[in-house]
Amino acid sequence: MTALVIRGGQLIDPAAGVDGLRDVLLKDGRVAEIAAPGKLKSANGAEVLDATGLVVAPGLVDMHVHLREPGQAHKETIATGTAAAAAGGFTAVAAMPNTSPVNDSPEITRWMQAPERAAMVRVFPIAAATRGSKGETINDYAALKSAGAVAVSDDGLPILKDSVMREVLAAAARVGLSVIQHAEDTRLTHFAGGAASMNLGSTSFKLGLRGWPAEAESGIVERDIRLVTELRDARPHLHVAHTSTAAAMAAVRQARRSGLRVTCEVAPHHFLLTDEHVGLYKSNAKMCPPLRSAADRDAMIEAILDGIVDAIATDHAPHAVHEKEVEFEYAPNGIIGLETALGLCLHWLHREWKLPLGRVLSLLSAQPAALLGLKGRGTLAVGSFADVVVFDPNAEWTYCATEGKSKSRNTPFDGFAMQGKVRWTINEGRVAYNAESL
Amino acid sequence: MNPASPTPRRTLCTPPVPASLFPYNPGSLLSVMDLSLDALSALLRRATELESMDPLVRDRLLAKRRVALLFYESSTRTRTSFELAAKSLGADTTLVSSLSSSIEKGETLKDTGLTLRALGAEAIILRHNASGAPWLLEQETRLPVLNAGDGMHEHPTQALLDLRTMLAHLRPGIESVDAETLAGVTVMIVGDILHSRVARSNMLLLPRLGAKVLLCGPKELLPDLAAVSAPGVAIERDFEAALRQSQVVMMLRIQAERLAGMQLDLNEYKANYQLTGQRLAAHAPRGLVLHPGPIIRGLELTAGVADGPQSAILEQVHNGVAIRMAVVERALTAALQGGRA
Repeated sequence: MTALVIRGGQLIDPAAGVDGLRDVLLKDGRVAEIAAPGKLKSANGAEVLDATGLVVAPGLVDMHVHLREPGQAHKETIATGTAAAAAGGFTAVAAMPNTSPVNDSPEITRWMQAPERAAMVRVFPIAAATRGSKGETINDYAALKSAGAVAVSDDGLPILKDSVMREVLAAAARVGLSVIQHAEDTRLTHFAGGAASMNLGSTSFKLGLRGWPAEAESGIVERDIRLVTELRDARPHLHVAHTSTAAAMAAVRQARRSGLRVTCEVAPHHFLLTDEHVGLYKSNAKMCPPLRSAADRDAMIEAILDGIVDAIATDHAPHAVHEKEVEFEYAPNGIIGLETALGLCLHWLHREWKLPLGRVLSLLSAQPAALLGLKGRGTLAVGSFADVVVFDPNAEWTYCATEGKSKSRNTPFDGFAMQGKVRWTINEGRVAYNAESL
Repeated sequence: MNPASPTPRRTLCTPPVPASLFPYNPGSLLSVMDLSLDALSALLRRATELESMDPLVRDRLLAKRRVALLFYESSTRTRTSFELAAKSLGADTTLVSSLSSSIEKGETLKDTGLTLRALGAEAIILRHNASGAPWLLEQETRLPVLNAGDGMHEHPTQALLDLRTMLAHLRPGIESVDAETLAGVTVMIVGDILHSRVARSNMLLLPRLGAKVLLCGPKELLPDLAAVSAPGVAIERDFEAALRQSQVVMMLRIQAERLAGMQLDLNEYKANYQLTGQRLAAHAPRGLVLHPGPIIRGLELTAGVADGPQSAILEQVHNGVAIRMAVVERALTAALQGGRA
C-alpha cells in the first residue's frame, strides 16, 4: 500500500492531547509517524497532500446512521451512504439495524460489512437488541459481537417492557456491548387515529397535529436508569440515542452524578432547531424524536457545552423525495445529516457558542469511538488506523442538498450557512473523498 | 467529562425560523392569516355585492372557468355551498371525492392535484382529513387552492361566514373591518376545541378585529396550551360563567371520528356543557348562538336552542354561499389583478 504524507497542517487530536503544526505519515493503513513540519524520518517516496492552512484531525465517527441496506436501496445504499459520510469527513459510521429485514443475525451483520457493499468508509453494524426489533426475544449477543456488531439497539422502536430491557442490559453487559435505547414510550405517541407527528406544544396545537409529549422520552430514560441502577454490579452501559428533551437530559445528568455508565448523544437538529422550524408542514423537518421546544433545544446546547453530552450523532435517515412529498402526518420520520454535521458544528458550536475546536472534534470522533469501543479510531496516535479528515476550518459555504452524495435529499438544512470545508477524507490510508477531484 | 450542574442560561444566537413562502398563489386562501384586514373587508363587501347581483349578470363573471372540488372527507354544507357559489358565477365545477376516484387506488395528493391541473382546473377547493394538506397541494400545483377544511387545523371560509353572521347582528351595516370593529365583543367557543378547525380559524381571526375569544370545554377536549397558541384567546372552563361574559356563543360538535380512543363521558359532558334553553335564558338571554354544523340535537345543544330565536345557525349556512362566491371569484381573478405572486 502506498504511503501518504499530510504536510504542513494543524494536527488536532484531542484524545492524544495534540494541537499544533505536524506532518503525518500514513503507511499500510496506519499512522506511521508524526513529526514537526519537515521532520518526518521515513517519508521518502510517499505521496504528499499539502495541508497548509488546514486542520488535520481524526476521521469523524457517527455512531447513529441508517444506511437502508438491506432492503431499502431506493433511499440509500451502503455505498451511497458511506460516500456521503466521506464527503462529510466521517471515516466510520455505526449502522442501525432497522433495515428490511431487521439486522438481528450474524449473517446480516456480516453482509453489511462485506466488500461487495463497496463502502467508502468503515461500517460498524449495530445489531437489533431483540428478534425483529419487536421488543420480546433477546438475540444472541455473543454471536452478533463476533460477527462485528459494536452495540445493540432496536432503534426506531423502544425496548418497552421492563423485563425485556432488564434482560437486554444484563446480557449486553456480559459480552461487553452497549445498549442504545430509542427512548419513546409509544403508549404516549401512538393513537388509534395515527402516530404523533411533531412535538406536543403550542405549535402542534396551532398546526392541528397530534403531539409527542416530552415525557414519552424522559419516562423511558428514567425507567432505563432505574434498571441500570438495579443492575449496577454488572456494569451495564446504557446509551441514550438522539436525546431531545430537557427532562431526559436532566435524568442523564443525574445518572452520571451517581456514577452510572449512562451516556447520550445529541443530533445537530436537536441542538439547532425547534418545533417552529416545522413551519407550514415541512416534512423535511419531521423526524423521531421530533424538533422540540426552544427550552429543550437550549438544554441540549447547555449539556453539550457542559460536557454532559458524549457524542454528536446525526441520525442520518434518508427517505426518497416522493416519500416525503406527502401530507405531513403521512410522511416518514427522518432527515439526512452526514454531509452537514461538521459544517453545522463548526458554525454553531465553535464559532457562535465558542466551544473549543478540540472539544467539537472530540464529540465527533474520539468520544463516539470510545463509546463503541472502536480501538485505534478517533485518534491519530502512532499505530492508530489512518482515518483522517483534513478540512479548512475557516471556509464558509452554503449547503445545497441537491449537490449531496447521499441518495436522498430530506434535510431541513438546505441553504444553511456552514463553516469548515472538508478537503480530504482518508479511510485506513485510502483517500475516500477529495474535494478537488469532483 | 465532569457532569457539573447546568451553567446559567446563556443568551445564545440560534438559527432563525425562515419566513413562510406561502401562499404561492395570490388567489389561494389557505389560512385566515393569508388575508390582510383590507383584503378581508374587500371580500365581505364583495360577498354582499355578489349576493344582490342579478343572477344572469353574475352568471357571466366566471363563465366556463374550471373549478375542481377535491374532497377527502364527507361534507354537506361546505361542499354544496362552494359548488353553488362557483356555479352561480358561471364556473364549471367538478367533484372528485376520495371514495370514487383513483385516490382509492393509492394516488397521492400531489399526483391527484397535478392531474386536475392537467385537466384544466384553474383552482382547487380542497377538503382533507390531514392537517396541512392544502399547503402541500398549493406547493405542488401552484394553483389557487381554497382550504375547505384541513384535518384539525383550519377552515377559513367557515370563519369568514361566521364573521359575516356576527357583523350582521352586532354591527349591522358594517362591512369594512379594522382592528377595532369587534372591540368589546366576547365570542365563546364551546366543546371539542382540540379537534376543531373551525375553532382554530376563529381563534386566529376574531382577535385581529378586537374581539376577545373565550374557549370553554373539558381538559380532554381543550388542553391548556390552546390559550397560548393565539393572542387574545383565554380559557374559561365554567360554562355558565363564560355565557355571562359573551355576546356570541359558538357551539361545536363532539368529533367522534377524531376522538380516537379518548374516553369521554357524554352524560357528564352534557351536564356541564350542553347549551339548554334554561342556561341560555339565565346567563346569555341576548347571546347570538352559532354552530358550524352538523349539529347533533340533544348533545351539544338542545333542539329548542337550535330552533330558537337566538339561533343564527341557518343564517350561517346561508352566508356561506355569499362568502364562497367572493372567495372563488378572488381565486380566479387575483392573479389578473396583480396580487402578491
